[in-house]
Order: sequence, then C-alpha cells, then structure tokens
Amino acid sequence: MTAIYTRELRAYFNGMTGYVFTAFLLVFAGIFTMIYNLNNGYTNFEYVVGNMSMVLFIAIPILTMRTIAEERRQKTDQLLYSLPVGMTRIVLGKYLAVLTTAALPCLVMCLYALALTTFGDINIAAAAGSIVGFFLLSAALAAVGMFISSLSENQAVAAGVTCAVMLLLYFMADLASYVPDSAFASFAAIAVVILILAAVVKIMTRSSLAAVAFGAVGVGILTVFFALYQDSFQGLFARVADGLSVFERFYLFVDGVFDLTAVVYFLSIAGAALFLTVQTMEKRRWS
Amino acid sequence: MIEVNHLTKVYGDHTAVSDLSFSIDPGHIYGLLGPNGAGKTTTMNIMTGCLAATEGTVKVGGFDIFEEPSRAKALIGYLPEQPPLYMDMTPEEYLRFVAQAKGVTREGITKEVDRAMEVTQVTSMRERLIKNLSKGYRQRVGIAQALLGHPEAVILDEPTVGLDPIQIIEIRELIAELGREHTVILSSHILSEVRAVCGHIMIISHGKLVASDTPENLERLFTGSATLELSIQGWKDDIRETLSHVQGVHSVSFHQTDVEDAVGVSLSTEPGEETAREVFYAMAEARLPILRMDVKKASLEDVFIELTSQENDAALDSEDSKKAGEKTEEKAKRGGGGE
Repeated sequence: MTAIYTRELRAYFNGMTGYVFTAFLLVFAGIFTMIYNLNNGYTNFEYVVGNMSMVLFIAIPILTMRTIAEERRQKTDQLLYSLPVGMTRIVLGKYLAVLTTAALPCLVMCLYALALTTFGDINIAAAAGSIVGFFLLSAALAAVGMFISSLSENQAVAAGVTCAVMLLLYFMADLASYVPDSAFASFAAIAVVILILAAVVKIMTRSSLAAVAFGAVGVGILTVFFALYQDSFQGLFARVADGLSVFERFYLFVDGVFDLTAVVYFLSIAGAALFLTVQTMEKRRWS
Repeated sequence: MIEVNHLTKVYGDHTAVSDLSFSIDPGHIYGLLGPNGAGKTTTMNIMTGCLAATEGTVKVGGFDIFEEPSRAKALIGYLPEQPPLYMDMTPEEYLRFVAQAKGVTREGITKEVDRAMEVTQVTSMRERLIKNLSKGYRQRVGIAQALLGHPEAVILDEPTVGLDPIQIIEIRELIAELGREHTVILSSHILSEVRAVCGHIMIISHGKLVASDTPENLERLFTGSATLELSIQGWKDDIRETLSHVQGVHSVSFHQTDVEDAVGVSLSTEPGEETAREVFYAMAEARLPILRMDVKKASLEDVFIELTSQENDAALDSEDSKKAGEKTEEKAKRGGGGE
C-alpha cells in the first residue's frame, strides 16, 4: 500500500496535476478572501470556504480523472492485478494519495485564516471547522470521482461524468423541490432514481440480468412500501434529497456547526464509493 | 511448480480456452506456441491471477492463485503482452516501486533493483524517463520488473513482439540467461523463436493443448514417414527391383538430379535411420552406388502447421457439412501416414 501511495503522490507532483489542483483552489481562495475579508471587511473566513465548494466542481475531476482510467489506458492495471497485493490495498493507496493532495490547499487556507487574525477578530474555531468540513467534502467527492474513473478508460469522459455528478449532487435538493408534494410524485421520482441506479449497475457489471434484477427488486420493494405507507410518501422525495445532499451537509460546517453526523455521512459516502471502486476493479478480472 | 487443471475461459459465447491442463516443472524454459487468438494470453493472464477462470484451477507452488493469491503471486513474475510501465517514471524509480509493492524489504530494494537492471542491461538507462526509451529497452524494463522479488517462475507474454531483429536476438539471449536461475514460460506465435530458446514446447490451438513435448520429440513423434532423397548410379528398373526387397520402404519415385550419370530417387520410408541403413546395404550388394543420400525429417514447422490446421479442419467440418466428407478422407490419409 505504501508503494502505491508513494508512486501516486509522486505522479501528482512530478507532473502538473498536483500543482494545477492546488493552484486552482488557492487562486479562488485568494479571490474570495480578497472580496469578503479584505474589501468588505467581514471577519468570517468561513464565508470564503463556503464559496469554495463551487470550485470543487472543476478541481475534483482534475484530481481524480486519471487515477484508474489512466492505468487502464496504459495497461498498467495488469501490473496491479499481478502484484501480490489485494485490490482493496491498491485502491486505498491511491485514495490516500488523493487525500494528501487534497489536504494541501486546505493547509494553505489555514495560513490565510491565521494571517487574517493579525488584521482583525477572526473566529478561528469557525474557520477551522469550515476548513475541516471542506476537506471532508473534498474527500467524499474525490472518492466518488475515483469510482467514476474506474468505470472508464478515458480520462476526459471520467472528468466530464464526475463534474456532471457533482452538479447533480449540488442541485439535487433544489431540483427535488420541483417534484410535486403528492405521494405519487415522490413514488415516481424515487422509482426513476432506482432505474438510473440500475443503469449504473449495468455499466459496472455489463450484465443486463443484474441490472434488470436490481431495478425490478428496487421498484418492487418501493411499490410494496408505497401500498402500505402511502401517507408517509407525501413530500418524501424532497426530504430524502435534502437529507442526502452532500453540499447541504457541508454548509452546516460553514454555519459554524461541527456536526458529527455530517462527518459520519461524508466518511460513509467515501467508504461506499471506494468499496464500489474495488468491486469494479475486481469485476474486471471476471469479465 | 505450476499446475494447470482443466482450465476453461468463456467470454460471452466465445470459448477462449477450453479444458486446458498441463504442469510446469522447475528449471526449464517452456514455450507456449500457437497462432494468434489461440488463447495464449488468456492462459497466461489466468496463470498470473490477472483474470479469473470460468472453470478449472491454477496452483503455483501448491497455492491456488485465487484462494491464496498473495502467496501464489509472490512466486511468479509476469510480463504482460504490453509491458505495464509508467511513462512518467525512470526505470530505477519504476523498479523500486514494483519491488516495494512486491514486498521486498527496504534494505533489499536497492540490491534487488540493481541486480534486475544488471541482468536486463538497463543500468545505463536508469535515469531516463521510460517514455523516452526505445521499445527494446522498455521490454527489458518490463522483464526486469518481472524478476524483482526472486520469483521462481517468470512468465513472459510475447516478449519479442514488435522488436527489431537485433533486439530480438538480445532478448532471446536474455531469456536463455534467465532460464538458468528461473523457470521461464514464454508465449509466442513464432516457431523459430520458441525452437531457439525453449526446452519444452506446448502447442495451443483454439484454446486446446494439442501437443506438449521437447522440440526433438515433437519432430520425431509427428513424423509419420521420413523421406529419403537419393542419387543412384544405375538403371531405374534395377533400382526399383532392388528397393522392392528392402523392408520399410513405402513408395518409390524417380526424378531428375544434378548429380552426373545418376537417377534421382525419392523414397517414402518408415521414420528412423534403420531404413536408410538397409537401403545402403541393399544398393551396395546390387552394386548400384549411392552417390548422395539425404534423410529428411518433418520440421517442427510441419508439425506446427499440421497440428494447428487439423483444428481448423475440425472447425470447418462443423460449419460446412458438405465439405466434411472430403476433409475426413484427407485426414484419414494423413492419419494413415502416421500409423
């Protein structure tokens, strides 16, 4: 695992990727600091961090697009498969390198906040909390990005899909609010989401049977629940979407709440995405 | 050292490898020979744990490659068809990475990497980026990677493909060298290559093992009949008369020869040198001097073509029942020659 970790980290900083990622985030951190703290004189560094979440739409794909897609394209994944190291360790090694790279701009942002304390009364606790939240958000999104990278052997496709998925996650709560409040609308919307997931299963396993089974079982269970507890479906989709929204959780940190459930939530997302990545890699052995 | 049992791999509705079994003993160079698409790469990928078999097992040093992958994989080094190199690293960095990933101890890495670079002669390129290396050197770095961690067996998939003739010779020498310390298994679709370096040949066709033996034995076994080419001084009738009493001569035919005052004679005989000796004594007794005699063996190439095309015939048979009759006849003739 250490070997993979060192190699990945070196790849980030021998090439451009690590620097581009860090510079990209820091340029925007600088701009926002300028606007909020210097020009407008706010003492809240967390506003800066809050706005940074948008920058991740571009930064995360830069960071994760090549992780696994490039291995497949260059056929170096053959080496990984033949190493006497488990796939979980390989994926974890790669992910840790991603996390290290993602931590770098967060550390520099801490310096921004510390530097600002000399000019005014900055709420250090809130600033630190929001930066930790930002790191956790990056960690969760990067894991999703890695999973998407494992589905394709084309970096550009991986980057595009990652960006699209993040936009979807960002606007999920807003979009869900457009679904009518009626119980049936929620039922239909959740069914559509299950069918989309079935399509992802199809891409992952290349097995129509698995995808159809997943979709049928999912919709079946949903229908049973709908028949039994029709009342609780009222406005359910919007509530679920709101509850699952990654970015809404992050804004809790920005608002100065260090929410442990949010921490657990981010870690679970990362864990689930990494698990799926390992499964996709393992699956390829069986294709 | 490696036991392959009833290996089958099915991709969708295409069977790439079907019921393949063989075992690899330590200390030899094995050649996996077969035309393109015969299932060589698939077999090697399964043997190294890169691919799962549909059915069957692979055991390396007693460890099942899927039950105990890390212990089994530690015993083999693998060079896939396309060397798995990171273009943004130098050979030294790359080899250090692979050594570390293979679990070579921190103190051992430098020694191990230096040894692998020395054996494969990439030491002079250790500080260049792999993307700037020629194909021959990349192949060497790939082989060096396979040697790290002292594997007992080294598996090389088409190690000379895409190299120029001089590089091919160098890589072959390298493989022969490796054969002294490791068990080597290499695949190739080029017969002369396998013939040049391997002590044992396994011929694969359409995912099946059709022959497995030393090159010499293969030549001998599959030589159904040998051919004797003679230039004899004398009359055709006398020669024919004399030959008709010699045991082991199947047929006689005459042709022109460039030896003066002689008749060219082609004999189809039993394999082995015994018949040649008999012919010599018979001719000497009849005072018909043999001016020239050649014993022609079927070459390995003939064996290869015969074995792999038989499979093709079989495939054709099932596809085209009309032709089946003719083909069977042909096969019967060919088979008859072998008995």
